[in-house]
Amino acid sequence: MTASFPFLSVLIWLPIIGGIFVLLIKKVSLHAVRWSSLLLSLLTFIVSIALANSFDGSQFYMQFTEHVSWIETFNVFYSLGVDGISVPLILLTTVITVLVVIAGWDIAEERITEYLASFLILEGLMIGVFCALDAILFYVFFEGMLIPMFLIIGIWGGPRRVYATIKFFLYTFFGSVFFLIALIYLYLDSGTFEIAKLQQFPLSAIQQMFLFFAFLIAFAVKVPMWPVHTWLPDAHVEAPTGGSVVLAAIMLKVGGYGFLRFSIPITPYASEQLAFLIIFMSLIAVIYIGFVALAQRDMKRLIAYSSIAHMGFVTLGFFIIFTLLTKSHSHAELAVQGGMVQMVSHGFISGALFMCVGVLYDRMHSRQIADYGGVVNTMPKFATFFVIFALANAGLPGTSGFVGEFMVILASFNANIWYAILAATTLVLGAAYTLWMIKRVVFGEVANDQVAALKDINQREFLCLFILTLLVLWLGLWPAPLIEMMDASVTNLLQQAQLTNLR
Amino acid sequence: MYNISVEIILSMPEFLLLIASSIILVVGLFTGRMAEPLTFFLSIITLIILAISIHFSSSSPDKFIFGEMYIDDSLAKTIKLFICLTVATVLLYARAYLQLRSQARPEFYLLALFATLGMLIMASAHNFVLIYLGLELLSLSMYTLVAYIRDSHDASEAAIKYFVLGAIASGMLLYGISIMYGLSGTLDLAALSNYLHDLEELNLPIIFALTFIVVGIAFKFGAFPFHMWVPDVYHGAPTAITLFIATAPKFAAFVMTMRLLIDGMQDLVIDWQQMLLVLSALSLIFGNVIAIAQSNIKRMLAYSTISHIGFVLLGIMSGLEFGYAAAYFYTVVYVLMAAGTFGILLMLHKDGEEVQALEDLKGLSQSNPWFALLMLLLMFSLTGVPLTVGFYAKLYILQSLIFNDMLWLAILAILMSIVGAFYYLRVVKYMYFDEIQERLEMQPSTVAQTVLSVNGLLIVALFIYPTALLNYCIQAIS
Repeated sequence: MTASFPFLSVLIWLPIIGGIFVLLIKKVSLHAVRWSSLLLSLLTFIVSIALANSFDGSQFYMQFTEHVSWIETFNVFYSLGVDGISVPLILLTTVITVLVVIAGWDIAEERITEYLASFLILEGLMIGVFCALDAILFYVFFEGMLIPMFLIIGIWGGPRRVYATIKFFLYTFFGSVFFLIALIYLYLDSGTFEIAKLQQFPLSAIQQMFLFFAFLIAFAVKVPMWPVHTWLPDAHVEAPTGGSVVLAAIMLKVGGYGFLRFSIPITPYASEQLAFLIIFMSLIAVIYIGFVALAQRDMKRLIAYSSIAHMGFVTLGFFIIFTLLTKSHSHAELAVQGGMVQMVSHGFISGALFMCVGVLYDRMHSRQIADYGGVVNTMPKFATFFVIFALANAGLPGTSGFVGEFMVILASFNANIWYAILAATTLVLGAAYTLWMIKRVVFGEVANDQVAALKDINQREFLCLFILTLLVLWLGLWPAPLIEMMDASVTNLLQQAQLTNLR
Repeated sequence: MYNISVEIILSMPEFLLLIASSIILVVGLFTGRMAEPLTFFLSIITLIILAISIHFSSSSPDKFIFGEMYIDDSLAKTIKLFICLTVATVLLYARAYLQLRSQARPEFYLLALFATLGMLIMASAHNFVLIYLGLELLSLSMYTLVAYIRDSHDASEAAIKYFVLGAIASGMLLYGISIMYGLSGTLDLAALSNYLHDLEELNLPIIFALTFIVVGIAFKFGAFPFHMWVPDVYHGAPTAITLFIATAPKFAAFVMTMRLLIDGMQDLVIDWQQMLLVLSALSLIFGNVIAIAQSNIKRMLAYSTISHIGFVLLGIMSGLEFGYAAAYFYTVVYVLMAAGTFGILLMLHKDGEEVQALEDLKGLSQSNPWFALLMLLLMFSLTGVPLTVGFYAKLYILQSLIFNDMLWLAILAILMSIVGAFYYLRVVKYMYFDEIQERLEMQPSTVAQTVLSVNGLLIVALFIYPTALLNYCIQAIS
């Protein structure tokens, strides 16, 4: 591969055009549709691996950049590039999409073509978000993502899917319009939409405060942070398995990514001043939402709440850096890296858990914990996987869930001992709600005839869960490659955070 | 030197259309059973020839002819081009609708052509009287068109409402014009502009006259609180005619506003800015909020039109070239979206009955996946979500607002578009998330379906490559 190979454009457009192609061959046969979807997602995955291979992790600057004028009138560029923060997320996206295509092989019998095409198009848009170096381009992907997801939840979702999907759309739309206003405002002040230039553009303290809040609304809804999280449990419960997986594994990460790309570098002064607010919201997410998760009767709802709690760690890690920067630079680095590792790890774990629930739901058509019990007796292979992922979700050492949480708690210990103590409650709460669910669902006596009649997972399901297990363990035992990849970029981010960018 | 040949050449589109319409009128009278198809084809050909000739006419600098009553500038040219193309498309869609109901008659095309002539005159008029004449020619043709299906109760009711309210609006406009004439002693917009420019200080009568003129404009646009006719007419008129009302006359209203407020009364910008501000803000709030409560899709789209007009007026209100270009672009995009939306609606039918209730669209994605997809794109475009051109239209207007230090208005506008998102999404919900109830048939007209598909796909194509259209609009304004 030559250096000029447009990796990023291929990564974005291959799945999007592939999705349209899949729609066109619908008439040929469902078989062709399935295999070409799988092939397309695998191809995208291979390209992303090639990208990661040729990516130079020792450099902080954007690599594989593409820069073409797109809309002269608005001064918008089709400008792409990746750094150590975006590459892991792109990899996460391509891996998860392959698994979603495999998992959806014969689940969504109805309108399978549209189902697979939606996921492929969604994949391209999500990769676009992580590659965009132009703010409007970012916004286009950021918003464009909503359309396929809206349809995925609305068409293949559960009984209350219409409520859930409209709520999802309106919440995220509401958040992002302020982001758009902020971008236009910045443009008229600075004359550019290029994120790199915006990051160096000096702003007054008041401007930074307003922009920070505009960014915050957009990303907080996406992450989601307490108190704008209420759309997530509804969306997750109603979404089809693949939708839940993508939503939890990738779309939530866009919010965290936004904080790193926009909030912290563009408005460092305001971020520093208001970091306490984010930290406060993150800790509430960790503790309060942890308790809420404990009270859930629906498995998907429980995992959704656990997602919010885990994403609290991500935002906590990102915003304690301002306290840490005054004390120890290396701990600040640890905090951001911890947040990033947590994002990737949560992508795998929550995706896996939703897939597990999907496996059960396909057989029993119920997500209620009370309907299950003693699943291990009839589905031993499945139970093994489910327990592994549950333990990972609870943060067991050796799994990826441990690494991120540990790094963030360690860093927050240095920032403020209370942060660490409060954040560490998640180790108790996370174990409590996850393992309690496992106890009720997997272990014990066989609860009813339906459970007794359950068939263990087939090869296809085994494959999906097995791949995810490998990833979870790999990241848990040897996270070094991931951390090395983003090292230089994180250092650069911290330097940007140290500048106040004040006018 | 008075040179009649230059004047004829420059006003060629109008003359050509007038002559063609007259010929078509006669052709329609004497060809018996062939009358309808013949008039249809001749009308389409006339409009296309007009569009081509306008497009390729020399881009001369602005010229005044006919004693400065008539202006030939880039704005007039582009607006005329858009009007001709839009009307041609509308006639094509409408014919499919009318044929199904055995209502296709030569009169329809003729009335549409005369309305077009009125619009072309408005595009070039640079004199109060000429503007008014163009407007009346358009309006009278439109009133008749609404009542075109004679035995339809709803249509007759809508036509009467439209006529009465339209007449009041014209009266208002005329009243304002007459006061302005009394004060300035001229009907010519350029002379009026000079008069206002030299004015030492503004006096109350001028503002009084301006108010009436703005009210007339708001009536024609259908901006709150002068919107009462919009829902009734959109709802009552046959969908083919709703399509006409919702598209081409928006260009005419836009160009009329540009001529009156900017060419004629730029010096009163502070005053009309405030009026437009109130009109647009209220239109946005009112249109979007009331649209939520509608169960009839045509009525819902009527209220949504009111909110879109709010956006157009926001652009004009900025008082800057930047904003005018944004408003122009918004109008073009809006007409494209409206043509697509109403086009799909009028082509759909259940056993010959037109689609009225939102619920009629249930399960359209199963019975007619392609047009459901186009409708989906149109709905997202009307919402202003990226991946559709509607996003740029909103972006451009918002930019002009923030540029003008009206951040709060930009926030209001965008909050209202979130409200709007709800009812557009509801259409998608009916089409995609609900089970099919009654199967909707699609009018089997290949040509119309093809044009409709192109119309829908333009929403995405213009998203990917908007530069040409944007530059076209910007050049037309400057």
